[in-house]
Amino acid sequence: MDKTVPDLAAAVAGIEDGMVLMVGGFGGSGAPIELIHALIDRFKATGSPKNLTVVNNNAGNGRIGIAAMIDAGMVAKMVCSFPRSADPRAFTEKYLAGEIALELVPQGTLAERIRAGGAGIPAFYTPASFGTDVAKGKPVAEFDGKSYVQERWLKADAALIKAELADTMGNLTYRKAARNFSPLMAAAAKLTIVQATKIVAPGEINPEQVVTPGIFVNRIVEVADAKQEEALMREGVAYA
Amino acid sequence: MSQKLSNAQIAWRAAQDIADGAYVNLGIGFPEMVAKFQPPGRQAIFHTENGVLNFGEAPPEGEEDWDLINAGKKAITLKPGAAFFHHADSFGMVRGGHLDVAILGTYEVAENGDLANWSTGPKGVPAVGGAMDLVHGAKRVAVITDHVTKDGKPKLVKRCSLPLTGVGCVTRIYSSLAVIDIENSRFVLREKLPSMSVEELQAVTGAELVLPDVIGDLVAPEVS
Repeated sequence: MDKTVPDLAAAVAGIEDGMVLMVGGFGGSGAPIELIHALIDRFKATGSPKNLTVVNNNAGNGRIGIAAMIDAGMVAKMVCSFPRSADPRAFTEKYLAGEIALELVPQGTLAERIRAGGAGIPAFYTPASFGTDVAKGKPVAEFDGKSYVQERWLKADAALIKAELADTMGNLTYRKAARNFSPLMAAAAKLTIVQATKIVAPGEINPEQVVTPGIFVNRIVEVADAKQEEALMREGVAYA
Repeated sequence: MSQKLSNAQIAWRAAQDIADGAYVNLGIGFPEMVAKFQPPGRQAIFHTENGVLNFGEAPPEGEEDWDLINAGKKAITLKPGAAFFHHADSFGMVRGGHLDVAILGTYEVAENGDLANWSTGPKGVPAVGGAMDLVHGAKRVAVITDHVTKDGKPKLVKRCSLPLTGVGCVTRIYSSLAVIDIENSRFVLREKLPSMSVEELQAVTGAELVLPDVIGDLVAPEVS
C-alpha cells in the first residue's frame, strides 16, 4: 500500500466547489502552505474550487496561505475561533463587506467538534459558552447540577495537513507544536491529504512514535523544503 | 489612589499564590507577565492551548522557531520535561479539571463570578479564541485587572454589561487596589492597599464588598 502521489497538483485533485475543507495549523505553526498554494494555482487555472467552507483556528494572515485563498475569492465561509492575526486584512475586508460568512466557535469546542467528527460521535455537551451569546439557539442540559451546551460534530470533505515524517502507508509525526488540530482533522475528513517534509519506508517510523496512524491518511506528497507561514509573513511574501 | 499597583505588581501578587509544581494557564497579553514573578524555589508548569506543557520564556530575537509558539502566536522555548499534544487533549486538560489555575484578563467581572473579557460589542470581527473554554475546569479561575477602567468606571460590577465569556466562573480577582474572592456570589475583600480605606475602595467598586474579620494589606515590591 503506497499512498504517495507524485506532486502537489495530484495531491489536491478532487477538492471541488462547495466542499468543506479542514486546514491544519494554528497561526503559522503547522500550516500546509504548499498544499494551499497548489489549490490556489488550480483555482487560478480553472476557476475551481470555489465556495469552499474552510475550517481552521484562524482566518489567514497576510497575503499567503488561507489569506491568499480568501483574497482569491475561493472561500464562502470560515469556521474558526479567532479570525484575527497580525495582518487580518484578507478576511476582515471580505467579512465587513458581507462577502464571507463566519461561524465563530470557541477554540476547545472547535477541537472537540472535529475530534467527534472523526470519532463518530454526532453531538456532545461542553461547559464552554454556556450562558453566552455563542450558545444562543443551542440545546442545553444539566448534568450533576451544572449546565452544558450541546455541540455537534464537524466533518469535512477534505483536509490539508502538514506533517514532519510520513511513511508511505500514511503514518505521521509532527514537528513541535505544529501538530495542534492536524491529528483531529486527519480523522474527520473523507479525503486527508498530507504534505510531509520527508517520506520514509514503512518501519522507519517507530510505531511507538506514530502520532497519526495511516488509517486516517489518503494521500501523501513530499515537500522537502516546506516553508513556514510565519517565516514567510516576516519576509513580506505575498502569494498572488 | 496614586499608589495603586502597577500591572507588574498585580502580576507579582498573583504569582505569589501559585504553588510549586502547579499546572497553570496564563491568558494572552497581561496575564503572561505572571510567569516572570514566580517566587524563588517554585516552578509552575505552564500550559498553552495550542498543545505545549512546560514551556519557558521567549528565545532571543533571531532564534525563534515558529513551529514552537504559544496561544498568543509568540515564540517560546521548552523546559526539560515539556510535552506536545493535540488540541483536543489540550482542551481536555482545561475542561477536565486538570489545571490548578487559569489567570485571565478582563473587561468586567461581576460579583456572581460572571466574566466578560472577549468582546466589547457587536462592531468589527468577533473573535473568541480559547477564552470561553479556559474559564471552565481549572481549579481556580483568577482575573488580574486594573480596579477601574481608563475613565474611572468600576470593572468589578454587580452584573456584567458586556457580552459574557462565562457565567459564575471567576474565583479570585487581583486588582490594582485589592485582592477579592468571589464566594456565594459576593465580593469578599481579602486584601487592600494599606493607604486606602474600605470606604474609598467601596466607592470604586460596582457591588458591595463583604468584609471578613481579617483584611490583609496588599503590598507588592517595586517590580517591572
